[in-house]
Amino acid sequence: MAGLHDKLHKNPILFAILATAVVLVGTVVTMLYPMLRPEMHPKLENLKPYTALQLAGRDIYQREGCFYCHTQTVRPLKTEVLRYGEYSKAGEFAYDHPFLWGSKRTGPDLARIGGKYPDAWHYRHMENPGAFFKESNMPSYAFLKDRKLNPKEVERHMKALGFPYTREEIEALQDKTEMDAIVAYLQVIGTAVKKKEEILEAKIVEERNPLAQDKAAIERGKELYKKYCLICHGEEGEGGIGISLKDNIWLGKEGDISDGKLYSIIVDGTPGGMPPFGTQIDKNGIWSLVSYIRALKK
Amino acid sequence: MDEYRYDYQTVKGFIYSSIFWGVVGILIGLWISVQMWHPNANLPPYFTFGRLRVVHTNGLAFGLGVGAIFGIFYYITMKLCRRPLLFPKLARFQLYLFNAAIALGALSLLAGYTQSLEYAELEWPLDIGVVILWVMFAINIFGTILKRKEEQMYISLWYVIATVIAVAILYIINNLSIPAGLLKSYHLFAGVNSANVQWWYGHNAVGFVFTTPILAMFYYFLPKSTGLPIYSHRLSIIAFWSLVFAYLWTGAHHLVYTPLPDWIQTLGIVFTMFLIAPSWGSVVNGYYTVGQDWEKAKNSYLTKFFILGITFYGLQTVQGPTQSLRIVSQLIHYTDWVPGHVHMGTMGWVTMTVAASIYYIIPKIYNTEIYSVKIANTHFWLVLIGQLIFSITMWITGIQQGALQKAVNPDGTLKYTMVEIIAKNYPFWEMRTLGGVIFTIGMLFFIYNIYMTARKARA
Repeated sequence: MAGLHDKLHKNPILFAILATAVVLVGTVVTMLYPMLRPEMHPKLENLKPYTALQLAGRDIYQREGCFYCHTQTVRPLKTEVLRYGEYSKAGEFAYDHPFLWGSKRTGPDLARIGGKYPDAWHYRHMENPGAFFKESNMPSYAFLKDRKLNPKEVERHMKALGFPYTREEIEALQDKTEMDAIVAYLQVIGTAVKKKEEILEAKIVEERNPLAQDKAAIERGKELYKKYCLICHGEEGEGGIGISLKDNIWLGKEGDISDGKLYSIIVDGTPGGMPPFGTQIDKNGIWSLVSYIRALKK
Repeated sequence: MDEYRYDYQTVKGFIYSSIFWGVVGILIGLWISVQMWHPNANLPPYFTFGRLRVVHTNGLAFGLGVGAIFGIFYYITMKLCRRPLLFPKLARFQLYLFNAAIALGALSLLAGYTQSLEYAELEWPLDIGVVILWVMFAINIFGTILKRKEEQMYISLWYVIATVIAVAILYIINNLSIPAGLLKSYHLFAGVNSANVQWWYGHNAVGFVFTTPILAMFYYFLPKSTGLPIYSHRLSIIAFWSLVFAYLWTGAHHLVYTPLPDWIQTLGIVFTMFLIAPSWGSVVNGYYTVGQDWEKAKNSYLTKFFILGITFYGLQTVQGPTQSLRIVSQLIHYTDWVPGHVHMGTMGWVTMTVAASIYYIIPKIYNTEIYSVKIANTHFWLVLIGQLIFSITMWITGIQQGALQKAVNPDGTLKYTMVEIIAKNYPFWEMRTLGGVIFTIGMLFFIYNIYMTARKARA
């Protein structure tokens, strides 16, 4: 050992060759070898390449450095699955050049953002996050509204990645803004994995609201409403991004729905419309919200 | 030997450039630290957090870090080989190209041209520039070593050689991409594979930009400034080879609990734990070096920079492996704990050691003494206090973030929304800016001291 090292200290070429070899061992085992294994290239069956508009949005997501504050991977930890939804699967990212999992969660993870809110929510939020959440520290991205996409450039990017596209699709980009693109991208993130419903105690629905017309419950419901619902359903339940809670039109139809149904909607949300709140608000809280919403109508 | 033949001009050029980019990087760091608690400090489109953060990290890693590495490595190599650089004109040209590349890099990042790979954000035309720079550097370093006038290669040269080789391999592989325009490209690798390549690179960028080069400086300048030889040659041999062997296995600790195959994660964690040994090999060697004759060592005002630097390196290399453990990772990963960790390394270990090395070199080059030891001491205490405020506040708020995100009500529902958790960070984020301001003032003392030393010598 000492003899060898003595030789090495006098022979830089030998030293450099040995150093290269030593550096390459870990490189080969943990980086190059895995690349040859199929487990590094999985693809979920219903995963699709990005459309032109979605890819344009992803380019903007990269350009603006969104991933420095938002991760895109839900870890298989109980509270993380509760907060964001199903944990991330290796097969979801086959078209991601590069991956955008990020390394810091200043804001929420976005791996399951697709379909969680309606488009209108994103347009308004991107424009002025502070108006939605007073304590948010996210910058405003209103300028994306004023910038048109460049169809030629997007086409070049689609070609480079070998994603399929049609002429109409590229032409349609002509009147799209960067804001349209980033919203389209956000809405597709994580949608190759089906939503798995979380089974919480709160989901066991009783037929009738045990807290109906309870004064204290209505008060608590009001507080919860301000915190979770007001952004979309308005100050007095008059509607906005979300539907009006006063006009007796529910799920697109005229006519009342049962307390139990209202409860389920708050717990599970509606597809592409309202996010689920069942993992954030306890059972009594949800019933309190139902009481408050009923009180709104009077 | 006349000055030109020893080519101190180029060494100085790199050192002053590195200080310049350091100031730019630190000021942008302060700015983005304000953006964290004052969102109106974002000025879209060019000066948002998402665009400035990358200029901060690249400016400091490549502008300050690599700039200092170029300059100080040339100095060390010439001294240890007892001869001038083999290609002094190439080195001079490299200096101009370096500054052009950093300037263009910063502008292109602000304009939003990025590969979105941490520490490898520069787009492909700039990557080619970086590779050319590195090849020029390698030619001069290897050429000078091959034509050296000193038979033995001292420890620092081992680290110099390892740095030149490893950075080349890492940088070229991770930057392989599909060009899609003059300033746009896509990572050649996709998804899980892209993640694995990137963090193999990302962690080793830390290893071979913030660790091995700084150790090269440490092993050279600690004995130089104290007049004491390195305590154990054998320990430095073992520490060197096990460090450069183990580092390359550890990247996956950045991907704990992600969809990356478990076996790669576990291998990453195991080797990360192992890295404590070679890291502490150097720490112990440093401590025992000054321990041989503390009375003598404490005569030099630089000893405290090196010893505190290596202490932070020691803490860093225990904290890092601890973070890689699944049980710890699940709490603090993705939180502000991590910037707290990173900045102990960069502000505590890297900047401390680089600054001390510069304090040693500049008076030597001008054949004079440092302008003011008192100012150097003030600089030392300010950067120490600033860094501690930064790291400790981020550790506290990081644990808080992790814990609040995991908090549940008795019925299993989540206790806090994300925005409620964000709201609780504000006092810590403000405190971090204060730490940053104190650190920056410390660095200004350093720059003033260097400037006055040069001025005194020229007068």
